This record gives sequence, structure tokens and C-alpha cells, in this order.
Amino acid sequence: MTAGQITAIQPVQEAQDQAGVGPIGPKPRRISAGRIGLYAFLVVAALFFLIPVYIMIVTSLKGMPEIRLGHLFNLPSEPTFQPWADAWLHACTGRDCNGLSPGFYNSVKITLPSVVISIICASINGYALTFWPYKGANLLFGLLVFGAFVPYQVVIYPLIIGLSSVGLFASLPGIIIVHTIFGMPILTLLFRNFYAAIPVELFKAARVDGAGFWRIFLHIMLPMSVPITVVAVILQVTGIWNDFLFGIVFAGRPNWPMTVQLNNIVNTTTGVREYNVNMAATILTAAVPLIIYFVSGRWFVRGIAAGAVKG
Amino acid sequence: MAQNGTSVSIQDLSLSFGAISVLHTLNLDVAEGEFIVLLGPSGCGKSTLLNCIAGLLDISEGRIFIKGKNVTWEEPKDRGIGMVFQSYALYPQMTVERNLSFGLRVAGLPKEEIDKRIARAAEILQIEPLLQRKPSALSGGQRQRVAIGRALVRDVDVFLFDEPLSNLDAKLRAELRVEIKLLHRKLQNTMIYVTHDQIEAMTLADRIAVMKGGVIQQLDAPQTIYNRPVNRFVAGFLGSPAMNFIDGRLEKVGSDWQFAFEDVRIPLATYAFEKEPTPGPAVFGMRPEHVAFNSGAGWPFTATANVEVVEPMGSDTLVWLKLGKQNFTVRVTSERTPNNTDTVSIGFDPMRASLFDAQTGNRL
Amino acid sequence: MQKSWRRRFHLPAVIGTIPMILVAVGVFVIGIGFSVLWSFTSSKLFPTYDFVGLAQYRRLWADSRWLVSVNNIWFFGLMSITCNMVFGYLLAVFMDQRIRQEDLFRSIFLYPFAMSLIVTGLVWQWVLDPNLGLQAALRNLGWSSFSFAPLVDADTALYALVVAGIWQGSGVTMAILLAGLRGVDEEIWKAARVDGIPTWRTHMSIVAPMMKGAFATAFVLQCVGVVRVYDLVIAMTGGGPGISTSMPAVYVIQLITVRQNVGQGMAAATMMLLPVLVVLAFGGILLWRRNREASA
Ligand SMILES: Nc1ncnc2c1ncn2[C@@H]1O[C@H](COP(=O)(O)OP(=O)(O)O)[C@@H](O)[C@H]1O
Ligand SMILES: [Mg+2]
Repeated sequence: MTAGQITAIQPVQEAQDQAGVGPIGPKPRRISAGRIGLYAFLVVAALFFLIPVYIMIVTSLKGMPEIRLGHLFNLPSEPTFQPWADAWLHACTGRDCNGLSPGFYNSVKITLPSVVISIICASINGYALTFWPYKGANLLFGLLVFGAFVPYQVVIYPLIIGLSSVGLFASLPGIIIVHTIFGMPILTLLFRNFYAAIPVELFKAARVDGAGFWRIFLHIMLPMSVPITVVAVILQVTGIWNDFLFGIVFAGRPNWPMTVQLNNIVNTTTGVREYNVNMAATILTAAVPLIIYFVSGRWFVRGIAAGAVKG
Repeated sequence: MAQNGTSVSIQDLSLSFGAISVLHTLNLDVAEGEFIVLLGPSGCGKSTLLNCIAGLLDISEGRIFIKGKNVTWEEPKDRGIGMVFQSYALYPQMTVERNLSFGLRVAGLPKEEIDKRIARAAEILQIEPLLQRKPSALSGGQRQRVAIGRALVRDVDVFLFDEPLSNLDAKLRAELRVEIKLLHRKLQNTMIYVTHDQIEAMTLADRIAVMKGGVIQQLDAPQTIYNRPVNRFVAGFLGSPAMNFIDGRLEKVGSDWQFAFEDVRIPLATYAFEKEPTPGPAVFGMRPEHVAFNSGAGWPFTATANVEVVEPMGSDTLVWLKLGKQNFTVRVTSERTPNNTDTVSIGFDPMRASLFDAQTGNRL
Repeated sequence: MQKSWRRRFHLPAVIGTIPMILVAVGVFVIGIGFSVLWSFTSSKLFPTYDFVGLAQYRRLWADSRWLVSVNNIWFFGLMSITCNMVFGYLLAVFMDQRIRQEDLFRSIFLYPFAMSLIVTGLVWQWVLDPNLGLQAALRNLGWSSFSFAPLVDADTALYALVVAGIWQGSGVTMAILLAGLRGVDEEIWKAARVDGIPTWRTHMSIVAPMMKGAFATAFVLQCVGVVRVYDLVIAMTGGGPGISTSMPAVYVIQLITVRQNVGQGMAAATMMLLPVLVVLAFGGILLWRRNREASA
């Protein structure tokens, strides 16, 4: 603490420094064991995530004889796209051998209207709940959030009965209604949180300007809602495309979505198992959400995070 | 009592983030017990410099000594420093007491020693009643006291402050400013204090280091910095309202120098040049409070000017004038406030002026 | 009078939210009400109103398939949530070390989540298939005694489901926890370093407690997923071998569709709802108390 001490230290230091020793410049970055361990862990983890899909892709490009040899990790010796074509056009579920393509078109027919309708409903909900909360609106919202946690099994049977009574069970409109219902809790939450973050002065100014419920929604709120709508679209398209349970219960056999067709093709017990065709079919089914995932990048993560902020 | 030993010494320090160079061969010696303020606009590298001293950033070049020991590669905890952050950085789930003791417990100090240090810090900062509270139950000023306490219990020689008062409202800021000053007087520690607030800098510092673009522009006592800024940036950065700047020319008439703009000539006989000047374009700077009104004779320079706007500010008044075609502000005590639209006569002594090279901005 | 009524029930707002009213009340109140109601009846393929008291519940809890399902969901839930959390947190912490190629790693860890659980189930069914997957591959490479076929063994099939669950879901846990980590004030880390606190200690004592919100979010997300796990089981094991990987979600659907025993199916569904209700009530009380404290 005293000057004496310092002078006692300094000469040594100076001597060191004159000799050019003593720490100077950037601290040498030793590649520490910790750092190596860190990357080792990450790389092993990455392999865990990648290997199954690697196997799928290489197997889908092999012929059955090569698969029977059992060299799971080898690249295909004679790559062939025949399994992909078969999966798309000829794979069999029971007696039908039309491949996956009908399922693909069904999924498109289910997904597009469901996404549009559910987002329209949810954005109006979120807007009304934020800016026009009528008496009881928050109770309704509470019930809706409750619905986000409910096991589907409790609601499925009443829905079957309800839709049958209006003749919509096992039909395209029926499955679209079901997806709209089950998408509503999380999407409403998403939109409500988004609108709640908008300065209320904006809404007040519009009211002063004489705009009403719909005009404010259409002309002021909707144009501002692009980012949250993108998140909602990503969330819904992947969610509905990947759905299996509702599809198999509510769509009806002619409208079965791709996931149901895929499961039927693969887990069908008759005949020889054509692994290459099955894997090609699986990749084809996963393709749409994967493309969305890789194209949307950070938006996708944001969607999960936004969807996750429940309550 | 300030001692003459060097407490913190920074030698040829450079730092870049990738391709962006933030600090350039920077040198700074801080004396034992000195209160140094790093002052500069936001983004000039003050926090970066402080983080380098703390060891929170690895430097690209140069050396750092603390108390004569080369700490360039030391861990922050081994540097004998304590640090106070703008956002307080209190551990939210721990009580004040545990916040204060956490580092000591980790270091494995005996319980009596920990209790003793906490008691002392709590007494100095008057936070005894708060010890069992969580940070969320404290006001901003109390939080910042606790944050200072966390540095205090470490019993270190050098305190680093990174804009500790910026998150507080104006009144609290003024109060805590005084407390920090008293704390320094009591502890006699070396303190390095980062701020962008010139009032804090002027009131607290033994010496101010004015920074811009990662370079220390001037390192001097506050009064020197205020009265004899080394360049136009320093002159303009300190002082509110800012110094008046007039573009013109330096001319030699006979053996005397004068500053000429439009049809005005300011004699510079009383001005202390840094070195013998050469004629040419220059900038004339004059602080608003160094100008007098209606004082008649006795000033080396007088002129008449038109009043544009008068801004009463309580204790004194700002008057915005046109001197020729140039804007010119004057600060006077409230009693001497002129009316709007008056023509007034002003006078000043060029001794108090600052002249800068028009090109380099350096003081002439 | 007129005006205040309009304020309370602004007509366009009510009209605009009719779908929400229908869903909230019609589906989540009345629908669930009917489910519970039917659980007290002897309904077979179609609902009847022939009340039999708790008979369906008694039959349910005497059904070994249901008992296995309940055991399985607890085991699967605990295992997969724990593993998911631990693995996800490790990934998040490691990702937070200013690593190179962060985006690449993030994409790799997260992409399985974009795929259907059906796809995940099928992928892992093949990887673990004794004649095609890892076992066959390693035997082919010369390790002829290697034996790894969890899916054909009733004792281990559930572990295989856990692995597939981790593969699909730990990336999301990682993403949520990483966001939580990044949300921690940078100056907290600096303060801890100046205090000389070792990094692991900073994680355990300071940062992890600050991330309560992120942990809760990840936890809730996984709980919801576990209760609903259906697709994964169907695609990967179909509930087998035998009934060894049956789950309540699978059980209920089978009762409704295949075994045409709606009464008992609704009893099982009600049993599924019960723990959710308890947890929600618990969470609701916590939230309410926190709000009251905050306003007090
Ligand atoms: N981690 C970083 N990476 C890249 N640039 C940085 C980083 N930290 C700071 N900078 C840049 O360094 C400059 C100085 O920052 P800082 O020291 O925080 O300024 P201030 O004087 O306001 O405290 C800024 O321009 C900032 O953009
Ligand atoms: Mg700063």
C-alpha cells in the first residue's frame, strides 16, 4: 500500500521489462483442454443429430440388394433415384399402389385453408382482446389458454360427435375446422402478446380520428402485423403438415394427409419391406417443413420461442 | 493523501475487435490515490479501456501494470481491482448480504473476516438496514450503493466505475456523486471512473482523460481542460452551453497578432500562444461565461451585438447574440439580463480565449 | 346507460370473436364436459346416457394395458424430460462459449424439431432395427458379438422412445435456454469474474437461478409434449412389443376407434386431464400469489 513497497517492486519489474520479458501484448491463447472438450462435445452431439438422416438419405439411394449387404454407412455404390420415384408414384398401402403423391396433395388441401383461416381468426382475437376487451373476454382467453394444455384425447370424441351431427366428420372442411380449433389457443396468445406491445396511443389516435373496430384492424393493425404473421405462418404450416392424429381421425380416408399415408406405407405388414422406398417416402414427407425450416432460419427459432411464452 | 507511486500504468495498449480497432497505442499513468475520470462521447472506447484494465477483455498489444505488477495476463480477480457497473449487476436471487459476501466466500475467507468486511462496508455506505433484502426490493440509489459495497468488501487498491450513475435520476445522481467523492476522500483508493457526463467529470476528477475515437485527447486537471483545451474537440465537448467558435484568420499587424473575421478585429496581445504562430485560417473560441455585458471600457476587446433570444435559466441567463453574422452565446447573471431585440455592447479579454488551427483543430 | 352497455359489449368486437367464443366455450368447456359425462355412462360405439357411476373407472384401473400405459408415461416423462433438460442445457451452455459456426450447430441441433414425429419415429425405428440398423452395421464391420436391438425387447423399447424424443426435442430446449442465457445481463458475468468466481459456480449459483423463466418454459413445453405423445409411439413401436410401450394417449384412441368402448375411453381421457388440471391449478395459484405480492 505504501510508496516504499512499490519502489521495492518496481525495479525488479523494470529489469524484467528491459530484458523484454514479462507479459506484453495479447495473452497467449493456449488451446486449452476445455476448448477441445467443448468442440468435441458439440461435434459428437452434431453427429448424433445428423447420422440418422445421413443413413436415410444414403439408403434411399441404394437398391435393395445393396441394402441387404448391410453396409449401413457406406455411400451408395450405384446411386438410383428409382426408390424416390416409386415412393412418390407406386408405393402401396394395402391394395392401393398410388404412392405418396395423393397424400401430398391432400396435405396441401388441408394445410393451406387451415393456415389462412386459423390466422385470420387468431389475429382478430388478439386484436379484440388487446384493444376492445369486453366483459368476460379475459375469461374466454383464460379458457383458450387452458385449451393449449389439454390432452387432445379429452376433446377428440366430442368433436367427432359434434362434426358428425352437422355432417362434416371425415371430410375436408371437418379437418380444417379441427386444425383451426387446435391452432387457436397458441396463435391467439401470439397475436395478443404482439398487439399488447404496440403503443396504445396509436389505437387512441385512431379512435380520435373516428375509426372503428374493423377499420382500425384492417388499416392500422394488420399492416403492422407482418412479422408476427410470418411467425404464425411458419408455426402453422409445419404444425399442420406434421400432424398425424387429427388427420387420421378427422380427415376421412380419401383426404388422408401425407403423414398418415407415409405411416401406412411403411408400417404395412404385407409384402417385402422395401427400405429404400420407405426411406425415400419419409424424406419426401419431411421435405416441406424442412425446407421451411432452412429458408426461414431465425424466424423459425423465434416462432418456437414466441409460441413457448405461455402465460 | 495522494502518494506519488504509480497505481495503474497502461503502456501502448491497443485493442481491436476483429478488423475494428477501438483503442490505439494508448498510454495512461494513474497515480496512487488519484481519481481519474475517463470522459468522452458514447462509443469512444471508455468502457473498453476500463474492461481492459479489469482484465475482462484481452488486449491486442501493450502492457498493463497495477501497483507495479505486470497484470497483462492476470485474471480479473487477481488484479486487485473492484468494479461497479452501470446496470449494478447485482445477483438478483441473493440478499444484499450474500451479494456482498459471494466473492469472499468463493475465495474461501474465514467467516469472521467476511462479517467484519461486510459490516465495515455496510457502515461506510449506510446500507445496514438493507442487508437482508433482495435487490428487487431496493431503489436504484440503494442498488448502486450495494454495487459499490461489493467492490468495497474486496479490500482492493483500485476501483473501476463504469458509468455508475447513468441509470439514476438527476437528483439521486447528484447525491451519489457527492457520496462517491466522500468515499474517495475517506478510502484514498485509486479510482478510475468512466462517464459521458461532464459535470460528473468536472466535480469528481483529480484529472480528466478526454477520449475520442479510442485516443486520449487530453489528460489534465479539470480546470486546465476547461480553460486550456488542447484541441477544438475537447473545447467543444466540455462546457454547457458550448464554447463559441468563430472562423476567421490570424493576422500580424506590426508586432501584434490579431484575429480577423468579417470587419471585426480582435487584438491578441494578451493571448498566450503555445508557440509562435503563423498567419492563416484559424478558429477563435470563447466560453459564454467569459463575456461581459455593457461593461464599457477596461476590456481589450469590445463590440456591439444584436440580441436574438434570451433564455432565463434561474441563477443565470443565456443570451443568444449575433456578432456580425456569427452566432454567439453569452451567459450572464440574471440581474443583468438585457431585453429582447436590444443592441448590447459586449466585452472580453482574449486572454481567456482559445485559438485553434483551422485545419488540425489543435490549440495555437 | 346505453353507452356503458356498448362499452362492455362492443358489438363488432363480440362478432369478430365469435369463433373464439365457440372454441373456448363450445370445445374446451362443453366438449370436455361431455367427455367427463360420458365417462360415467356405458357408451360403446355411440354415446348413451345410461349412467353406471364409477364402473368405467373401476374397469379402467383393472385393465393391465392401462396400468402399463400409466407406468410408461411416468417413466417416459421423467426420463425424457430430465435427459432433455440436461442435454439441452449442456448444449446451450456450450453454444454460449463464443464458438465458431454457431449458426451451423444451431441448425443441426434444431432441424429434427421441424419434422413430424411420425418421421422421427420411423427414422429411429430403422436405426435401431436389428437387421438393418446399427447392430447390423457394426456386426458387418467385424464386431460380430455386438448386440443392440432395444426395440425388439419389451424391457428396453421405452428407452428407444426416450432417445428418439431427445433427438427430436432437445434442440428446442437448447434454443430456449440459450435465449435465456443470452438474456442474462453481460455485466453480471463481468462482476462475477472480478469477484473471482469460477465459471461453473457462476452458472450454478447465479445464472441458472436467473433463468427460471426459460427453464419453466422449456419444462412446460416438454410436459405438454409428453402428455400428448402419440405419433411417436405409433410410428416407432405401435405400442409394442406386446403392450410394452403403450401410453395413455394411444390407449384412449384405441378404445374409441378400434375397441369401440367410448365409456371407458372417456374415463381414461378424464384421467389424463386430471394431472393437467392439478398442475394448472397449482400454477394458477402461484401466478395469482405473485401478482398479489407485486401489487402489494
Ligand atoms: N464486443 C465488441 N465487438 C465489436 N465492437 C465492439 C465491442 N464492444 C465494443 N465495441 C465497439 O467499440 C467501441 C467502443 O465501445 P465502448 O468502449 O463500449 O464505448 P463507450 O465509450 O461508450 O463505453 C464502440 O464503437 C463499439 O461499437
Ligand atoms: Mg460504455
